[in-house]
Amino acid sequence: MSLISLKNITKTYKVGNILLPVLKGITLNVEKGEMLALTGASGSGKSTLMNILGCLDRPSGGEYWIDGIEASKLDNDGRADLRNKKIGFVFQNFNLLPRTSALENVIMPLGYTAAHMSEREMLEAGRAVLERVGLKDRMDHEPSQLSGGQQQRVAIARALVNHPQILFADEPTGNLDTKMSEEILDIFNQINENEGVTIVLVTHEPDIAARAKRIIKMRDGNIETDLSKDSTI
Amino acid sequence: MNIFRIIKSAIKAILRNPTRTFLTTLGIVIGTASVIALMEVGSGAQETLEKNISAMGVTTINIRPGTVTTGGVKSGTRANLTAQDAEAIRNECPHVVCVSPVVSARGQIIYSGKNWSPYFITGIDEDYMRIANWHVEKGVEIDAAKIKRGSKVCLIGSTIVKELFGSENPIGKDLRIQNVVFKVIGTLKSKGANMFGMDQDDCVLAPWTTVKSRLKGAGQSSLSTVSSSSVNTSSSDGIYTTGVSFYPEIKNADRIPPVRFVNVDSISASADSLENVPKAVEEITKVLRRTHRIAKDADNDFSIRTMSEMSDFFTSQTKTITNLLLCVALISLLVGGIGIMNIMLVSVTERTREIGLRMAVGAKKSDILRQFLIESVVMCLMGGIIGIILGHGASLLLAKLMNWPSAISYLAIVISVGVAAGIGIVFGYYPAWKAARLDPIEALRYE
Repeated sequence: MSLISLKNITKTYKVGNILLPVLKGITLNVEKGEMLALTGASGSGKSTLMNILGCLDRPSGGEYWIDGIEASKLDNDGRADLRNKKIGFVFQNFNLLPRTSALENVIMPLGYTAAHMSEREMLEAGRAVLERVGLKDRMDHEPSQLSGGQQQRVAIARALVNHPQILFADEPTGNLDTKMSEEILDIFNQINENEGVTIVLVTHEPDIAARAKRIIKMRDGNIETDLSKDSTI
Repeated sequence: MNIFRIIKSAIKAILRNPTRTFLTTLGIVIGTASVIALMEVGSGAQETLEKNISAMGVTTINIRPGTVTTGGVKSGTRANLTAQDAEAIRNECPHVVCVSPVVSARGQIIYSGKNWSPYFITGIDEDYMRIANWHVEKGVEIDAAKIKRGSKVCLIGSTIVKELFGSENPIGKDLRIQNVVFKVIGTLKSKGANMFGMDQDDCVLAPWTTVKSRLKGAGQSSLSTVSSSSVNTSSSDGIYTTGVSFYPEIKNADRIPPVRFVNVDSISASADSLENVPKAVEEITKVLRRTHRIAKDADNDFSIRTMSEMSDFFTSQTKTITNLLLCVALISLLVGGIGIMNIMLVSVTERTREIGLRMAVGAKKSDILRQFLIESVVMCLMGGIIGIILGHGASLLLAKLMNWPSAISYLAIVISVGVAAGIGIVFGYYPAWKAARLDPIEALRYE
């Protein structure tokens, strides 16, 4: 069974009296351990799709299954729980808490479900993921003392601290220069290959999308192309 | 999320902007401080008042002539209490321990070229000292024999000692009151000013029989109609035998009660204990209604006052004022609460992205609501605690500088902590609800 399974997902926004269809019936399967890129011009619906995939939003119609759970039927709290346990997010603008150390930023998600963990266990888990993204000696730095690349690595560590099965990265390199972008993408590749975490990269840059093994191109609310690297070779 | 973690993260969030937090909580600090200071000073004042009142003798019962109704017209008070009434009370009321008739006079007292007008020239009997809480400092008390004989002796208060005698020993000296010579047999221990600010030590105590018979204006508390028909009293003491007959006899004597020699201004008594004061009052009323031959449905022609009434009156006065000031302080707390709400709303707007992020990583709406609610409660409680410390300090300072009484009020502390937390919840709820209602996608996109 696929990790993610979309069946004819639609999303329609209502602006005033006009119905605005953004997703027009998406059917898609993502297997465990895949690394895929979601691309398309702005307005193509890729962000909306990512929000639905990430359980931040509900589809207007269709079925969405993630890891055997029908997420399209869950209420707000159920989706919050799902996000906490199965999903990690990395954003373009990092979204770290200001004036809060890297370590505390990383363990923040644990506070919401990991009631069973003691303070020390939480800190240990936080240190472990920070080490994995190469920030062993920056744990007590606040975001303002870190470079963009380091901040994004803290954000990745935060996304990983709950051991999610799937990681959504929304334009993760949009605010970074080329060198830092490469570093970040390397980390994604590592996580994907070494730990089998499914990664969905949302980007409009073709060369970043090229780092993924499968590229889904969106256009006007539909999937235009769905290419796997193996098949293109 | 575990409550301690939320509180910890709330404190961290609050301390991320210390200046703003300080300014925001200032309203709560000032409100709580004033509540505490007021309650402490207020309860201190009450305590002092109670002490003062009990020093005046809480079990004291004063019986005064009441209004007399003649032909349906209330015609003021009339001297209608007699020494026999006092005697009857003494004999028939089990809960009354001391009874003394009281007559008062005014006039100048003269000693070797110096003169002085005391506040009180009071005629008493031997029980009075215990009722009014007087103690003899030097010399002897006025005993029953002196009262029976109508001896011209007196006890004088410390003010009079100071004014007339200076450093001289007054015991055994003769002074003149209204040109009647009295021998000083003792001095009274100082009592200071009473509740009304009158100098209680400015007094002369003498046997009531002497004051009544020798001094002018004694025992005629109001209208004095002296009737010769009333001279013959049943008293067996033999001292009430001198009748006065200045006016022709009034035929309608039953309409206007005559003033007899045995009339006294008032009767002082004391109950055996504070709890028994109401019982004693009841007994006295019964006795006096009988001796005054008052019909069953008629009003009393005397009035009974107890110190507990007086103390109730003063206590309720201080309470009213304290409560009034407390209202003002509570209003300032309310204003402080509105300040908290204002800043919490700003904070929610400022931290929209943070809220979006927290929701994205799995915070439920209830988690967000709780987080902001606890932040505002913690902020209010911090303000409340600082306010308690400041308020207590202020009341101690007032106590020291202005000699105001002040007593620590645990009730006030509990109440103000509760009120501060309540304000945090009430005024923090709307901002917290606004935060919890945010859509995670919109919140994450918020610039």
